[in-house]
Amino acid sequence: MASDTHTLEADLLDRVAAAPDLQALEAERVAVLGKQGAVTALLKSLGGMTPEQRQVEGPRIHALREAVTEAIAARKATLEAAELDRRLATETLDMTLPVEMGPQGSVHPVSQVMDELAEIFADLGFSVATGPEIEDDWRNFTALNIPESHPARAMHDTFYFPRPEGGGDAALDPGFATNAARMLLRTHTSPVQIRTMQAQQPPIYIIAPGRTYRSDSDATHTPMFHQVEGLVLDRGIHLGHLKWTLETFLKAFFERDDIVLRLRPSYFPFTEPSAEVDVGYTMVGGRRVLGGSDGWMELLGSGMVHPRVIAACGLDPDEWQGFAFGCGIDRLAMLKYGMDDLRAFFDGDLRWLKHYGFSALDVPTLSGGVGA
Amino acid sequence: MKFTLSWLKEHLDTGASVGEIAETLTRIGLEVEGIENPAEKLAPFTIAKVLTAAPHPQADKLQVLTVDAGTGEAIQVVCGASNAHAGMLGVFGAPGAYVPGADIILKVASIRGVESRGMMCSVRELELGDDHTGVIELAADAPVGAAYAAWAGLDDPVIDVAVTPNRQDCMGVQGIARDLAAAGLGTLKAVDVKEVPGAFPCPIEIRTEDPEGCPAFYGRAIRGVRNGASPAWLQQRLKAVGQRPISALVDMTNYIMLSYGRPLHVYDLAKLEGALVARRARDGEEMLALNGRSYALDPSMTVIADDVHVHDIGGIMGGEGSSVTEATTDILIECAYFDPERIALTGQKLGLTSDARTRFERGVDPAFLDAGLALATRMAIDLAGGEASEIVRAGTPPLPDRNVDYRPARARELGGVDIPAPRQRDILERLGFGVEEGETWRIAVPSWRRDVDGSADIVEEVVRIHGYDKVEAVPLPRAPSVARPTATVEQKLERKVRRTAAARGFNEAVTWSFIAEAEAAPFGGSAWILENPISEEMKAMRPSLLPGLLAAARRNRARGAGSIRLFEIGRRYLAEGERPALGLVLAGDRKPRDWRGGKARGFDAFDAKAKALAILAAAGVPVDNLQTLGGASGVYHPGRSGRLCLGPKNALAEFGELHPSILRAFDLDGPVAAAEIFLDAIPQKRASGHMREAYQPPALQAVTRDFAFLVAGDAPADALLRAVRGADRQAIAAVRLFDVFTGEGVPAGQKSLAIEVTLQPGEKSFTDEDLKAISDRILAAAAKAGARLRD
Repeated sequence: MASDTHTLEADLLDRVAAAPDLQALEAERVAVLGKQGAVTALLKSLGGMTPEQRQVEGPRIHALREAVTEAIAARKATLEAAELDRRLATETLDMTLPVEMGPQGSVHPVSQVMDELAEIFADLGFSVATGPEIEDDWRNFTALNIPESHPARAMHDTFYFPRPEGGGDAALDPGFATNAARMLLRTHTSPVQIRTMQAQQPPIYIIAPGRTYRSDSDATHTPMFHQVEGLVLDRGIHLGHLKWTLETFLKAFFERDDIVLRLRPSYFPFTEPSAEVDVGYTMVGGRRVLGGSDGWMELLGSGMVHPRVIAACGLDPDEWQGFAFGCGIDRLAMLKYGMDDLRAFFDGDLRWLKHYGFSALDVPTLSGGVGA
Repeated sequence: MKFTLSWLKEHLDTGASVGEIAETLTRIGLEVEGIENPAEKLAPFTIAKVLTAAPHPQADKLQVLTVDAGTGEAIQVVCGASNAHAGMLGVFGAPGAYVPGADIILKVASIRGVESRGMMCSVRELELGDDHTGVIELAADAPVGAAYAAWAGLDDPVIDVAVTPNRQDCMGVQGIARDLAAAGLGTLKAVDVKEVPGAFPCPIEIRTEDPEGCPAFYGRAIRGVRNGASPAWLQQRLKAVGQRPISALVDMTNYIMLSYGRPLHVYDLAKLEGALVARRARDGEEMLALNGRSYALDPSMTVIADDVHVHDIGGIMGGEGSSVTEATTDILIECAYFDPERIALTGQKLGLTSDARTRFERGVDPAFLDAGLALATRMAIDLAGGEASEIVRAGTPPLPDRNVDYRPARARELGGVDIPAPRQRDILERLGFGVEEGETWRIAVPSWRRDVDGSADIVEEVVRIHGYDKVEAVPLPRAPSVARPTATVEQKLERKVRRTAAARGFNEAVTWSFIAEAEAAPFGGSAWILENPISEEMKAMRPSLLPGLLAAARRNRARGAGSIRLFEIGRRYLAEGERPALGLVLAGDRKPRDWRGGKARGFDAFDAKAKALAILAAAGVPVDNLQTLGGASGVYHPGRSGRLCLGPKNALAEFGELHPSILRAFDLDGPVAAAEIFLDAIPQKRASGHMREAYQPPALQAVTRDFAFLVAGDAPADALLRAVRGADRQAIAAVRLFDVFTGEGVPAGQKSLAIEVTLQPGEKSFTDEDLKAISDRILAAAAKAGARLRD
């Protein structure tokens, strides 16, 4: 009897393994485990056995049933997998076909640099101040110690608006004179110094980036450009603090430790002493790269805020002193990122914007670095 | 300000090299913009003697010369100048020499069959002047074979210094020498004034009737002058610094001006009638100036006039009518002091610049009138002969007695550098300041330093001569903590919308703030028109960001861009002020033609609306509460545009397809969609801590129900959606329109709007009765909004 079941098992497993497809396998399953199936018949035979016989045959027949059931399931999985493979083989697509990934936007270099400046100066404790671009003559010139007859005015190439009829608002400005209310396009960001000192008590630590205008247009000048102003007004601030601040700022901005500054005595009506600041550069592949000191380029103007400017804003120049500086933002961008034509900044050429622009996620941070 | 090294050495006793001098000048604030030695480019040229001169066998106008250039051989040279003759001395260039005025390198050449081994040069060929009528002929004692430039005194470097407007004292060589001496580069030579006694009374009356504009007018006559060309040394010096020699007397005034910063004027006495008076100009007066232009004068200006004519726009430019010529025999030298403010305003008004104006408007030394006049008289007589009259002094120059209180500690406190008091005193005295020591020093400011009037100025003087390079960098005081955020709410908003727009595929542009008036007109016109624009295209401050972006879009189209998504963040310049805005423009293909998507399609108003909403959402606007209302500006298609409003009054944005007339005006093919977001209109939550409301996800699954409503064809969908959303605020979580249909099955003049309503159960699941009740409320609300359920 035992050898019978063994022979039967071997035979059944062979047949299951030989089933060529799912249909044939199902036929085998019915033939073995179905109502009329061979193993079912054996199970049924248990009923007519003596308890002793059953004790011997029972486990043997159950084991047979189990082995066959498992074999069928395993064969079924194999056949199904083969079937799926066959189907997938017919579904192949050309994965080299190009896809549209959607438009790639960009942030303008001027905006990027302004964000970088805000980040660097925030760490130094400066906040960002703003002011109008259509400014009055008093704040753009007179309050900055540039009276009407001052030769420096002629150097500013100012855009003016027609005089308003009946003059301006005398209550608005101290030192109001006929021309003081004349409106113009600010020629520098320095009037933001005036507005800040008029509006808040020191200590003042600000930068003021923004658009500025001069009626000048050639290869290196555009009638509109961007400047950043810096102002510190506190107690005991001196030229050494100015030097450190500019050095620290430029090292952080250009992400180089070999930035070398040279302060040169100069003249600005609103600072005393005044300093023109040169930065050392090296030539790399025909381009000037800041760092080192193969040569010097003029980068920014600065100085200690003139006592008259402090007084014009209603503060006591004997109590408060500090420094101011101004620098071209477009110029900073060009030196850092290598653009060579200022006029292209304002053309809106998509090719240029995509080449020199920044990804939306290139947000300057102190931890990630301010250079993208 | 240009001067030569030899000129400087007449005022400064120094052994310093040009390099040292230039380096020092820049270091003390007199920035050297260039150093040029004319001898360098003339180095290959030597003095040569013409031995023989014979006609060229093949050409009438040429000569064949043999010259001795000191090399011991006779060199054959073909020469085109008719003045070349045997025995003359000239300037010779050998093969290999670069001829600067002709921009050629000399070669051994055959000219009409005759070999030429060099060239005899003209003045123009050596860039020494304009003369090209013949070759240079030198004096008979010129040493043959010697370097020409050195012999001719041309080996004298020209230094060009950018003098800042506060330093009029350095607009003369003497002042520059003083600064260099203070910086330790030599010893200043005192001005050597040799008075010329007056031999007769001044024959002309001199007065000032405008003591404000011309407080002092000194003058004296010289009679019996012969005004020819000035001597070579003077001509050479003037030419070296870019001045054109005119005549001895005119050259004298320029020389004194350049040497001492003291402008002068010389009149031909014979051309003056009656008294010479400084006075205000009268309305209608005109003067033909020395530059050949005529200027209309007015009473705000100070002039020098005789009984009949105006002869000088005081301190700016003399008149043609009384100018000195070669025929002049008697002259009057004017040495006056003009008010700097007056000069500046007159100069600005007339648009007239001159070397005299540049100096007077910066304030010349008021104590140098007598010295200036004496120097001028002496030099005029030296150059042109004659006999000087007595001096007439009308008025007195303003000599402010300026003293500044100063503590030497200020150098440290403001300048950031410790400088010992004796060193500070030494610097100041070398610069001409008087120092009276005490607890506080009393500093007497020299008459030529009009720019110094406070202790900050003294700090600058001391520190700049001591050296800015000695100022050590000192860190700013810093809070002992992580840097605090500094950006304002407005600044953060701007950053957010900028980076959202960029993330959504827009390229940020920066366009001009000023546009053409015609471009501004359809946008309501510009409230700010420049008085002095650079061009008509840059005249009106923009009332909207769209014109600049549309112009950029047009340029990009012209360059072949297929798909244009541009944005800009900037200000609109309105009558009431400057308002921040974000403008965006969508032009060309929304999607290019594509193997998956088929044909390309353009942008429409809904694209602009979607982008505007996305940006507003990033700006923190509750976009679900926004209403889309009509009434966008006329630059948009009237039926395909709208305003996104928070409440009926507050429009946060406008969007739409642009009006065909705008497209035509900007030369764009359509459709072009655009939007403008008014950043100042976006309400900003002021920070109130970081904690958010507690969130509990709903326990039960939401269910959806679909409805199709019929509404009038022109009814806004938004009205129905709002009505449905409001039907049951508790149960209805969302309402979404998923189909708009007109056509078969929908009555004419109506449209079918299919919406999906999401219902969110609270604690318990909805019963059939609940759902029925909600559905009824929805239908009722829809009916109120003019919609009925589609059968």
